[in-house]
Amino acid sequence: MSERSIFREEGLQALIEALSRRGFRVIGPTIGDGAIIYDDVEALGDLPRGYTDEQEAGRYRLARRDDAALFGYAVGPQSWKRFLHQPLLRLWRAERKGQDVIVEAEPPATEKLAFLGVRACELHAIEIQDRVLIGGDYVDPHYESKREGAFIVAVNCGTAGGTCFCVSMNTGPRATRGFDLALTELTLEGGNGFLVEVGSPAGAELLAELPSRPASREEMDDGDAVVARTAASMGRAMPAEDIHALLMRNLDHERWDEVAQRCLSCANCTMVCPTCFCTSVEDHNDLSGAESSRTRRWDSCFTMDYSYIHGGSVRPGVASRYRQWMTHKLSTWFDQFGTSGCVGCGRCITWCPVGIDITEETRAISDSEKLLGAADGKS
Amino acid sequence: MDATKKPRLGVWKFASCDGCQLSLLDCEDELLAIAGAIDIAYFPEATRGEISGVYDLSLVEGSVTTAHDAERILDVRKRSKKLVTIGACATAGGIQALRNFADVREYAAIVYAHPEYIHTLAASTAIAEHVPVDFELRGCPINKGQLVDVVAAFLAGRRPNTPAHSVCIECKLKGNVCVMVARATPCLGPVTHAGCGALCPSYDRGCYGCFGPKETPNAPSLSVWLAGLGMDEKALERVYRSFNANAEPFRNESERHGAQDHKG
Ligand code: SF4
Ligand code: SF4
Ligand code: SF4
Ligand code: SF4
Repeated sequence: MSERSIFREEGLQALIEALSRRGFRVIGPTIGDGAIIYDDVEALGDLPRGYTDEQEAGRYRLARRDDAALFGYAVGPQSWKRFLHQPLLRLWRAERKGQDVIVEAEPPATEKLAFLGVRACELHAIEIQDRVLIGGDYVDPHYESKREGAFIVAVNCGTAGGTCFCVSMNTGPRATRGFDLALTELTLEGGNGFLVEVGSPAGAELLAELPSRPASREEMDDGDAVVARTAASMGRAMPAEDIHALLMRNLDHERWDEVAQRCLSCANCTMVCPTCFCTSVEDHNDLSGAESSRTRRWDSCFTMDYSYIHGGSVRPGVASRYRQWMTHKLSTWFDQFGTSGCVGCGRCITWCPVGIDITEETRAISDSEKLLGAADGKS
Repeated sequence: MDATKKPRLGVWKFASCDGCQLSLLDCEDELLAIAGAIDIAYFPEATRGEISGVYDLSLVEGSVTTAHDAERILDVRKRSKKLVTIGACATAGGIQALRNFADVREYAAIVYAHPEYIHTLAASTAIAEHVPVDFELRGCPINKGQLVDVVAAFLAGRRPNTPAHSVCIECKLKGNVCVMVARATPCLGPVTHAGCGALCPSYDRGCYGCFGPKETPNAPSLSVWLAGLGMDEKALERVYRSFNANAEPFRNESERHGAQDHKG
C-alpha cells in the first residue's frame, strides 16, 4: 500500500480554501430540503456535521448521529451527473437577420469544478459516463470541458446506506481509482481527522500545501477497518450470479408484468441514477419567428416519447419500459460498453416513489429459476 | 397561411373562472411583440352575433355546461382552422365537473333562491367530447410559458414542447428533493402531466394534479403507497377529485375508493 498522510479538520478547511484560490467552484454535501444534497461549499460549516441518512425503498430521512462526523452518511438524491451532464442545456441559438440566419453554438462552459466527498460508487459512475459521453467517436464537448478540469476529492464510506449494494457490484466502498485525493474519516486523539491517499500528481501537489503529516501504520489499519466495517454492513446485495445472462434468458418472465402493476413509469429512477445519460432535444422559437434555439434535457426510457418513432411508441406498455431500463442497466450495458451500467448506489431504490427495488426484482427472477431448477431436479 | 394576411387568433370562453385567460393576458410582453403580425379577438361567454369569418387558431377556455354552450362550440369549430383547448375546464371539464358525481338539481336548489331559472346540463364536459380538438393544453391554470410555446409552435408549424410525462421529471430537472420520499408528504406528481415546472414540490408541497393525468398513469399503484402514508379511502376518493376530477384515470380511481368507502 502506498504512503498515506493524515490531516485534521483544519487540513480539510485548508483544502477547500486552496481549491477556491486555484479558481475551482467547490461542490460538496450540504443539507437542503430535508436531505443531503450537493451544492457549493465554502467552509467546513457547510458540511452536514453530525448527520446521517436513513434509507429504505421509497423512504429517506435525515437523522442525527451521536458523533460529529462530517461524512457519516451515504449518497443522497443528487449525483455529480447534475454538474457534469447538466439536466438542461441550450445547444445552439439562431437568429434571423435580414436574409440571413445566424446560428451560434453554445460554447462549452469554462467553469472549473472541484467535487468534495465523491463516493466509490460515484467514481465508477463518472468513469461510466466518461466512457459513454467522451470515450467514443462522438464527444460531447460540454461534458468534456466540465470533466477535464474537474478535481475530485473522494471519501471512503464510513457508513453504508440502507439501499447501498456496491460490494456486490465490485464498485465500493473503497475508492480505488479516478480521484485526485481520497479521504477516510477517522477518530483521532483530540478530534476528527482524515487519512489521505494521493491519486494523481495534481492531488500530490495540492496536498503538499496542506498541514499534514505521514500516517502511522496503526492509522492506516484504522482506515482499512472503517472501510471493512462499511463493506460488512451493506443494506442490499445483488444476487451473486451472471445477471447479464440471467436477464437475457428471462425476457418473457412474468415478473415484468408484475412489476408493471406497481411501476408508475414516473422516471425518477432514471433521473437519480448516476449512470443514466439519455437526453432529448426541444426546439423553441419566439412568437415572431425571428429567434429560435435548441435545448437538451434529461429524458428517460420510461416516457412514451422517448421511444416514439413514426406511428407510435415502441414500448407502449410499462412492463416493456421497466424491462428496457433494467436489462440495459444490468445486461445489455455489458454488450454496449463492456461494464455493468449499475454501480450499486441504491438511489433508484430509495427515490422510487413506490419503493421498487432493482435487487429484489433481480432476485425474484433468479429465485424463480432456482425453484424451477429444484423442481426439475426432483422429477 | 396566406402570407399577405395577418393570422387571426380567436380566444373563446366557455364555463370557467377566467384564470387561463389571465395567463394569456399575462403574456402581454410576448403578445405585444407580435401585435402587428397577428389579429387577436376575444369572445366572452355571452357573445352572440358579430362573429364573422374564419380563425387560423382558436384558443378555447372553459367547459360545456349549458345547451347554448353545446351549440356555440360547434360554430367555433366550424370557424377555426386549428382549435386548441386551454386549461383543465376545456380539457377535462374542470372543477365544475364535480357536479358529474352528484345531482345538479339538488345543488341548484341549495344555492339559488329560484333554481327554476337555472338552465344547466347535468354534466360539465370537455370540449373534445363535443368537437374534434387539434391540441389540448393542460393546467389549472395553464402555464404561461407553455401557452406562448403552443401559440409559437402553431404559427411556426412545429411541435409544441408540452411533454406528457410525469411532474417528477420536472422535479428532478430542477433538483428538488422528493417530498414524498423525504417527508412522507402525499404527492400526485407521479401520475400527473408535467407543465407547471413542479411548482408545489418546489415549495415542499405535494402535487395536487392540476395538469391532469400523465401518459400511462398508474393511479391504483400510487394509491397503495398513499394509503401507506396514512390516507384512508375517503381521502383517496377526494385526492383525485379536484380540477381534473372528470379526466378518466382520475375519475376511475376516485370512484374506486368512493365505492370502497360507501361499502364500509
Ligand atoms: S441502477 Fe440504481 S443502484 Fe444502479 S447505479 Fe443506477 S441508481 Fe444506482
Ligand atoms: S454504494 Fe457503496 S460506495 Fe456508494 S455510498 Fe453506498 S457504501 Fe458508499
Ligand atoms: S421503477 Fe419506480 S422510479 Fe422507476 S419509473 Fe417505476 S415507479 Fe418510477
Ligand atoms: S415530489 Fe412529487 S412530483 Fe416531485 S419527484 Fe416526488 S413524487 Fe414526483
